[in-house]
Order: sequence, then C-alpha cells, then structure tokens
Amino acid sequence: MQSEVMFAGFGGQGIMLSGKILAEAALEAKLEVAWIPSYGPEMRGGTAYCTVVFSERPIGSPIIASPSHLVAMNRPSLEKFAPKMRPSGICLVNSSLIKVGAGREDIDELRVPCNEIANDLGNSRVANIVALGAFAARCGLIDFDLVRLAVETEFAKKAKLVPINLQALERGAEVAAGGKVA
Amino acid sequence: MAKKLLKGAEAIGEAAIAAGCEGYFCYPITPQTEVAEYLARRMPEAGGAFLQAESEIGAVNMIFGAASTGARVFTTSSSPGISLMQEGISYITAAQLPAVFVNIVRSGPGLGGILPAQSDYFQATKGGGHGDYRIIVLAPSTIQEAVDLTMDAFDLADQYRNPVIVIGDGLIGQMMEPVEFPENYEPRNVDKSSWVADGAKGRDPHLIKTLYLDPLLCDELNQVLAEKYRKITENEKRWEDWHLDGDYEILVVSYGTMSRICKTAIDDLAAEGVKVGLVRPISLYPFPYEAVKSAACRDSVKTVISIEMSMGQMVEDVKLAVEGRKPVGFYGRAGGIVPSPEEVLQAIRKQLEAS
Repeated sequence: MQSEVMFAGFGGQGIMLSGKILAEAALEAKLEVAWIPSYGPEMRGGTAYCTVVFSERPIGSPIIASPSHLVAMNRPSLEKFAPKMRPSGICLVNSSLIKVGAGREDIDELRVPCNEIANDLGNSRVANIVALGAFAARCGLIDFDLVRLAVETEFAKKAKLVPINLQALERGAEVAAGGKVA
Repeated sequence: MAKKLLKGAEAIGEAAIAAGCEGYFCYPITPQTEVAEYLARRMPEAGGAFLQAESEIGAVNMIFGAASTGARVFTTSSSPGISLMQEGISYITAAQLPAVFVNIVRSGPGLGGILPAQSDYFQATKGGGHGDYRIIVLAPSTIQEAVDLTMDAFDLADQYRNPVIVIGDGLIGQMMEPVEFPENYEPRNVDKSSWVADGAKGRDPHLIKTLYLDPLLCDELNQVLAEKYRKITENEKRWEDWHLDGDYEILVVSYGTMSRICKTAIDDLAAEGVKVGLVRPISLYPFPYEAVKSAACRDSVKTVISIEMSMGQMVEDVKLAVEGRKPVGFYGRAGGIVPSPEEVLQAIRKQLEAS
C-alpha cells in the first residue's frame, strides 16, 4: 500500500518541516519514502506544500496528482487540494484559520484548532507539530513512537525546543482521538 | 551505514566528497544552488576547496586548471549554465583530463524556466561544444542512484581521462529520499603520473594543451579520442530492464524521473491486463542500443514508445536501436511540465491502439 500525504499552508507555517518529520518516521519504520517539495517561481508568503510518499515497495512517480491524505493549515490550501484527494483519506483542517469545511462526504475530515492549541502551550510556532501529531495518530500508518523519535531527532540540535514540540505532538494526538478540543 | 534522508542536491555534494573530490568550482543557478550552499560548508570541513567563480565560464576553466594537477574536481550547474561551460568541456576533453559535471536540467531553450525537464539530452550526448568528442552521460532516477552515479563518475573520469556528466532534473535536485553511502569506498586506482602537471622537478615536464596546428598531430589526437570512445561504448553501457520477463505488447523506453512515472503508469496498465515492458537507459552515452533492440524485437512486441520530458530527443537513439524493425512512437511534455502517470498511461494506450 502506498500512502501520499500532502502538507500545505502559508510559507512560514513549518509545512516543509512537518512533512520532513513524517518522512523521517517512515524511514525509521523501514518504509520506502520520498519527500517532494513544491518548487517553482514561488512568491514570499505564497502557498507552500510538500508531499510525503511512503510504501512497502519502491516509489514510482514522485509527482502525486491525487494524494490519499491532506494536512491543510490555511484556507487556500484546503480549497486548492481537498477536491484533489482520493476518497476515504484523512483531511486534517486547521480550524483555527479555516472556518469552512472540506466540502466532501467521502473523506475523514478531522478539524483541529492547531494555532489555539499551540498558543495554549505557549509557542504559536508549534501549530505544525500539533497538526502532525493529530494526523499521525488518526492515520495510524506509522508507529507513533517513531514519530516521537523523529521529533526528538529533528530538534536535537535545539534541545530546549524538544519538550514543547513533544507536547504539541501529544496534544494533537489527543484531539485526534476525540479528546477535549481547546 | 544507516540510511539517511537527504535532499538530492545535498546527496550529490556529499557523494562527491565521499568520492574524494578535492575541488568544487561553481556559479549558482536554480534548481541546484543547494549543492553550492551545502558544499560551501562541507568542502572546507572535508579538506577540499570551495570556490564560487565569477561566472560559469570562470568555473569551468578553474575545473580545467585544477584537473590538470590530477585532483578530483567537479562542478554543478543547470542548463543555461552548462551551455556556458561547453567551450571549457571541449577543451578539457581535448586535453584528456578527468572532470565531473552535474547538470540539474531546467526547461529551455533560452533562459526557459526552473522546472524539471529532459531537454538537454542532445547537448549532453551529442557533444554540446565544438569538435569531435564525447562525454560519458549518466542519468539517475532516484537520490540513491544520484549518489552512486556521482561517485562512479569520478572513477570513470579518471579511468578514461574524459569528462563525465551526471544529468538529473529539478526533482532529482529537490526531492528527499533515503540514501546510503558505501562503507569502504576506495577510489579506483588510476596512475596519473604519466600526464599530471604537478611540478616537473626531477623529471621531464608534462605538456597539457589543446592547440594542434599540425594537421597530422591533430588527426592523431582524434584517433586517440576515437579509440577511447570505442572502449567506452564497449564497456560502459548501463541500463535497467523492467517487466521484461513476460510477453509484453509494447516497450517503453524512458530515463531519469520520467521513467519512474512510466513505472507507475505501467503498473496501472498491468492491473488492467495490458502488458508493458520498460528499458531505462542509465548511461545515455554510451546509449544501450543492444539492450533496447533486444527488448524491442521480441515477437510479442507490437510497438515501441520513447517517453521524455522533451519534445523528442532520446527517441532518435531509440529509433537507431530498433533499426526500423518495429514502429517507434514518442510522447513528451516540455517547458517544465512533468507528465502525470495518467497522461503517460493514455499515451501508451494510444500508441498500442495505433499499432
């Protein structure tokens, strides 16, 4: 089974980083993995997205027209990419910034107020990790301990950021499991 | 060594260091400036030289000079930059010096765009500069292969005293995939003592030059080069056969990133009962003519299609390989558009229906 997860949002929301952490966790899970950034003549402040593909088999096309899952951190991303998703995937919607729905009945829409949770934790910049935690817990495709490990490894050089990012990951996972929404 | 997730541009830089590269001379250009960014830090750590030249012409002539000393040297650029380097590549070939080039191809012609393309096939394989010469061209389709081929490129350059170019596209430059570096790499032992210009104290001087006004001597140089290219075509062909074990009806020939998209399309077609085989040239020069011919000439094969991110370049070599025995079609997109598996699937289907 091949899974493709698209992370999308504003430049500066940590989109590329949350994708990279998931890719590192997939690698630790001994899966084949590719991380593909959007690249092109992009404008500062424009939409940024990356796709993480993982599979038990070698990965063919790195260009994914219809991802199985979407993590949308802002409204333009949701509107652009939700219609392209394959049915039955998870669509994580950052409900702090996106007041509309994905508009599809055939997907699992998971609404998480990532920015509010991050602010409650005391660091608005960890909203992307909240989203990652919620997505990873809901999809269950990669052992959550490996996602924790990937967060620790990613921030190892800035050790003081490890605890807050791990908290963000856990809070995301709790919300995905139906825990209290802030 | 454990697998690491690396961006293509960084993986290529690290591969050069792992291969013992001592000098990197560059001029930045999207989509491969990350190689220079990475090596600006890593080359000094590894004890090598990093130098950003004033232009691509400056960079290629620094390669020319440093290669004359016997050092392992390389540069990376993208299409318009590689065009600017062609004069130097012709000179390096005439001087019979080893040097490695990486072209992360962007769309052209002209300044074109920065998105992935395969439109420099002719430039790379048919001699982009003047004179009767060839360079070895290696085309990776994964980041791991980009590492392996970059390291091989240094050995091949030394062995044949000839430039080698690794040709990828923006996806190879920008994508991250797991890579593993060989644990006990030893550069192939090539004795450079007969030609290297590293100081003539105690021996006769060596002369490295490209000017041969005497036609007999210039002819002699061309004979030597021709013999070298004969050996290269005899020994260095590389390709991947994929799904060639059954009775496939159509053969796809595709390389680099495009071949991965073809594989996805071919898997989708197999699920519908359409049998498709694929040959992926890895060395574009020397082109694996015999491999393509033998895969195309099976009785079950009705037709052949070359699929590229260009308006049709490699297809000319595919036609030469097939020698008119089977119809050869072409599908491609240009300008930085990467065809989707669905587009490729339709192109294969159409080619099959027309046959």
